[in-house]
Amino acid sequence: MSDTPTPDLPIEQLERVYDALAQAIDAAGEDRRELFLVKLALLNANALGSADVFQAHLDIALQDL
Amino acid sequence: MHTPDTQARPSLYYDYQVHSPWLPTPGQTPAHARVLIVGTGPAGMVTALELARHGVASVLLTAELQVSAGSRAIVFTRRSMEILQQVGVAQRVTENGLPWRFGNSYYRQQKVFRLEAPHDPDDRFFPMINIQQQYLEEYLLDACKAQPLIEVRWGNKVTQVQPQAQGVTVEVDTPAGPYTQTADWLVAADGGRSGIRSALQLEMEGASYEGQFVIADIQIDLPLPTERLAFFDPSWNPGNTILMHREPRGIWRIDYQLPAGESPEEALQPQSLRARIDAQLEMIGLGGTPWKLDWSSVYSARTLTLPDFVHGRVIFTGDAAHLLPIFGVRGANTAFQDAQSLGWHLAYVLKGLAGPQLLRNYSEERVGAAREIIDEAGKSTRFMTPPKGGFSLLRDAVLSLSLTQAFVRPLYHWRTSRPHAYVHSALNAPGDDNALFTEGPGHGAPPQNVRLGPDTFLLDHLGGGFDLLYFTTQEAIPLALQETLARWREKGFPLRVIAIGSATPVAGADLTLADAQGHCRQRWGIRARGGAYLLRPDQHVCARWLNLDAQRLGDALRHALPQ
Repeated sequence: MSDTPTPDLPIEQLERVYDALAQAIDAAGEDRRELFLVKLALLNANALGSADVFQAHLDIALQDL
Repeated sequence: MHTPDTQARPSLYYDYQVHSPWLPTPGQTPAHARVLIVGTGPAGMVTALELARHGVASVLLTAELQVSAGSRAIVFTRRSMEILQQVGVAQRVTENGLPWRFGNSYYRQQKVFRLEAPHDPDDRFFPMINIQQQYLEEYLLDACKAQPLIEVRWGNKVTQVQPQAQGVTVEVDTPAGPYTQTADWLVAADGGRSGIRSALQLEMEGASYEGQFVIADIQIDLPLPTERLAFFDPSWNPGNTILMHREPRGIWRIDYQLPAGESPEEALQPQSLRARIDAQLEMIGLGGTPWKLDWSSVYSARTLTLPDFVHGRVIFTGDAAHLLPIFGVRGANTAFQDAQSLGWHLAYVLKGLAGPQLLRNYSEERVGAAREIIDEAGKSTRFMTPPKGGFSLLRDAVLSLSLTQAFVRPLYHWRTSRPHAYVHSALNAPGDDNALFTEGPGHGAPPQNVRLGPDTFLLDHLGGGFDLLYFTTQEAIPLALQETLARWREKGFPLRVIAIGSATPVAGADLTLADAQGHCRQRWGIRARGGAYLLRPDQHVCARWLNLDAQRLGDALRHALPQ
């Protein structure tokens, strides 16, 4: 199993992301949840600046579903 | 007995002429044809005109007695105009068409993307020009009529095709009954529903998309410029896409996607059309503007191609060879490039200037172009009419982000039809200096136009055979080159020499262009005198040299015409 190639978040920040993402998913509402997550993925891909890194993330996220 | 419609088609703006059918003389078999072309659409007529230009006669068959029913293809690209210039009808399109170069995409009443297609001062033609297909066919038909090598037979429907070892036998039905026509070569330019493709049981490869579009032409006076308008996920047609294009003669094209599950018959009901077009006009703030329907049809996006365009003595071209989505104006615009290519490839084989394998090159180049177009068109189509699931989600996410995030907006670009560069063509010279150039059109590329003066451009002077562009400030083409050129011309090989860079006529050149400012030299990436380009009859580059010598010229010519 390979780790994600991006640097780890400090645990305090990861906790913040965890809560914020959960709350944002709820805020988007059930029928807009997917749309919201796709928008988020595109924004993150743009911030990553690399289609290859994004592809690696896709591959990891598809594991163990 | 074939009975074509003899009533002039209804139209609010176009005066259809019903032509007399061509009828066989009873008891007589029509003369054998060298080239029989089935279909008098853009692909068929441009093929006939190009063949005639190279000295080859053809017979054109059409089941109908009139030009295109409805406007159909309405947007023509610069490269199409350059090809139409070669067959003598660009001027009439320019006089009657509406040129444009801007496109706007809207989401939630906000303009989220504006495309400005570049218009280089070195180009004679605009990136796009709108005109209804009836006019284009009329101009092409007039050009065919003026050409003694072309015979057009109206009301002649092909009912059977029998390929032979050295030709084709075709059964043709007419209003006076059937006859048999034989030909050395059959060009299938019989459109998207090609009966010849079906008769030969040929399968196309590629994908079909779910989304269906209504195409409606309405007569209306709208205070809007000639620009492409695209509306995504509008309030009156949620999740779907609407396109608007201005046409000449007070006509607007409105394309809108059908809600999932609706049949084409339901969508074309007058009350359905009226309600939806009114809703669209309302949304753009022009509700209540009076309009009349001229023509409507239903369209679905497909990206399909035959994997080979040449089958024995049957050659496919245009929509008969491939089906391409309208997004990006790829139907007729691709057909012109196919037909121009087929014209010279077939003519050179028939005239014995090259072996039959030259036709393999036609197929390889144009199948390659179709596949490239399919790849690009697939991207546009997946955005315009996304399949359910992931592509729909992504498209909707992009629409939503585009209201505030500039980085996603280029995804609205609809990747307009552009000419294919035959980068890997078998005709490209292996021993030239292509790789040493840093600018100018490379191997297989279409030509770079250059403005030479008021209303005069480089491409006005090219075509009809191979062209050698020789850049020189000297008084004469070097003798060794002249001798090589003379040897090739003696074989009946059409080869013109255009000297560029001298104020006075250059000896040994058919034409001299002064290029006083060195602008042409610069656009073609020539750094020193003695540089040259060899262009094929379709004006694509097949060789270029920093300094041309007779040996390499001969090599390139031999390579371009496999025996």
